[in-house]
Amino acid sequence: MKKLNLHICLLTLFIIASCTNEKVDIFSSTPSPLQIPQLFEDKILNPVIPIDNPQTEEGIELGKKLFFDPILSADNTQACADCHAPENAFTDTDRFSDGISGALGTRNSMPIFNLAWNYDEKFFWDGNSFSLEHQAFIPVTDPIEMASTWKDVEQKLQNHSEYPNLFQLAFGTATIDSSLVTKAIAQFERTLISSNSKFDKYLLNEISLTPEEFNGFNVFMDENKGDCFHCHGSENNPLWTDNLFHNNGLDSQFSDLGFGAITGDPADNGKFKSPSLRNLVFTAPYMHDGRFSTLDEVINHYSEGLQNSPTIDPLMKKVAQGGVQLSEQDKADLKSFLLSLSDYEFINNPAFKNQ
Amino acid sequence: MKKIISILLLFSLFACGTDDKINTVNFSFNFSHNWDETPVSNEDFNSIKFTNANNDQLSIERLRYLISDIKFENSNGESIIIEGYNLIDVTNNQNLSFAPSVSIRKGTYSNVSFIFGFKNEKNIDGAYPDLNATSWNVPAMLGGGYHYMQLDGKFLNSSNTEQGYNYHAIRAADNPGMNPTFPQDTFFEVHLGNVTISNDAIFNIEMNIAEWFKNPHTWDLNVLNQMLMPNSNAQILMYDNGQNVFSLESINQ
Repeated sequence: MKKLNLHICLLTLFIIASCTNEKVDIFSSTPSPLQIPQLFEDKILNPVIPIDNPQTEEGIELGKKLFFDPILSADNTQACADCHAPENAFTDTDRFSDGISGALGTRNSMPIFNLAWNYDEKFFWDGNSFSLEHQAFIPVTDPIEMASTWKDVEQKLQNHSEYPNLFQLAFGTATIDSSLVTKAIAQFERTLISSNSKFDKYLLNEISLTPEEFNGFNVFMDENKGDCFHCHGSENNPLWTDNLFHNNGLDSQFSDLGFGAITGDPADNGKFKSPSLRNLVFTAPYMHDGRFSTLDEVINHYSEGLQNSPTIDPLMKKVAQGGVQLSEQDKADLKSFLLSLSDYEFINNPAFKNQ
Repeated sequence: MKKIISILLLFSLFACGTDDKINTVNFSFNFSHNWDETPVSNEDFNSIKFTNANNDQLSIERLRYLISDIKFENSNGESIIIEGYNLIDVTNNQNLSFAPSVSIRKGTYSNVSFIFGFKNEKNIDGAYPDLNATSWNVPAMLGGGYHYMQLDGKFLNSSNTEQGYNYHAIRAADNPGMNPTFPQDTFFEVHLGNVTISNDAIFNIEMNIAEWFKNPHTWDLNVLNQMLMPNSNAQILMYDNGQNVFSLESINQ
């Protein structure tokens, strides 16, 4: 017993001596929880924040710098923001975006906002990526997009004059790897919250809608008219999407299987994610392949342009007649309502811009 | 799915003493589905393989429904209501088992029941964030609140062409708009009957999906297929046909 006590005393002395001779760096980043808008707080579940990637001021700042930095691409010419520009609600105006070599992709660039509330965490038009972190991992090595390798990107960042210190501040290590890069980008992307459209302010009793906008909302909510709410939500779901996958009658035959190519289930062929209807004024063209240049074309599609196919969603109404057959007045009003979901404060938020 | 559970003790069937803890058990409701005794799961979805009482051939592509307010009653007329709800999503195999975090006392109950949908006073527009997040809402012009069921699929119409149907059960409403009226209640109480509970119990509850199209009204999908939410007559037909949809097959304990 005396021998054991002696050992404990020696060990304690050693620890104390070590402590006095060595500088101990304790990593401490600054928590920066998401500022959840009132309507989101009141109406829907909390956002998804991975337990191993909490929001911090340093992580968000780093993620923002990476998002706007072309260093992630093979030839240092293309940043995430090139196809996901703030002024376009973090998409671009092209039908298909071009990568570093000028080659075009096959899908329309998706806007980025309110992604922390994608509860199933399936990202991209076809849901091929699980988690925002994994989503951020993919474009860097996509041969049509940034066409780089993570080894090369990690090396460039490691040799950079600023990044090692920024990673030290954000994650407590100056050793940069792809996991930390995507964690930082995901933290920034989760801050991209859009909640200040005209319709939001109407729901908060701050302003009134025009008669056209109000009628358009009723067209949207009326199962006998637009019946948009089954897939795109209502005033009780500020996301304006169900984040699920539907065949909305674009084609009778599929050149792009969409969700079906991911699940391997033929019943999912031709299905693509319902996009949010926020910010449509900034996000043209529309649909997964950007086939519609204007909102009028989109509305006409649902009104009289539906194409039948084995996997068309049964929620698509009056397929044999081509769609829901809206009057010209209802179409115009529906468009007015949809535009009221546009959030100018979001696209002008300096926190989201490269400045 | 978040389950909000609270207990409303109308009469004291529970007590907090040690003896009562020994005499209490846990329970759960397991929901299974069949088409006139042929088991149905989501693996049976997306192909036209069912035939209803009207001889319409149909598929199921989506099935989810809500139950709430499980109630245990004893022979003295005393009852306990377990307030809360469960959205059963057959399409995605989610929430097919509902296990409230509440114990019940061993013994014989003269009836166990639950509500299909929500009672009107619980059917509060926008009140439940988990249901809002999954777009389970009913438009305010129809009174707001929530769906009771979404059964979607396709049927072969009289032209032998596949056509969509949306058998969506909600609170029946007339005069859609700012002040809709409600011709009759269309939620209903499902009675599972007399049970004796001696151990932790699993209630195996079956939904015969074919019943929605059969009894007492033979459902003609060529007539009633879509836009049924604003159709109060259709909602009342659904209410009638729903009365014999559920049954208690067994209790494991």
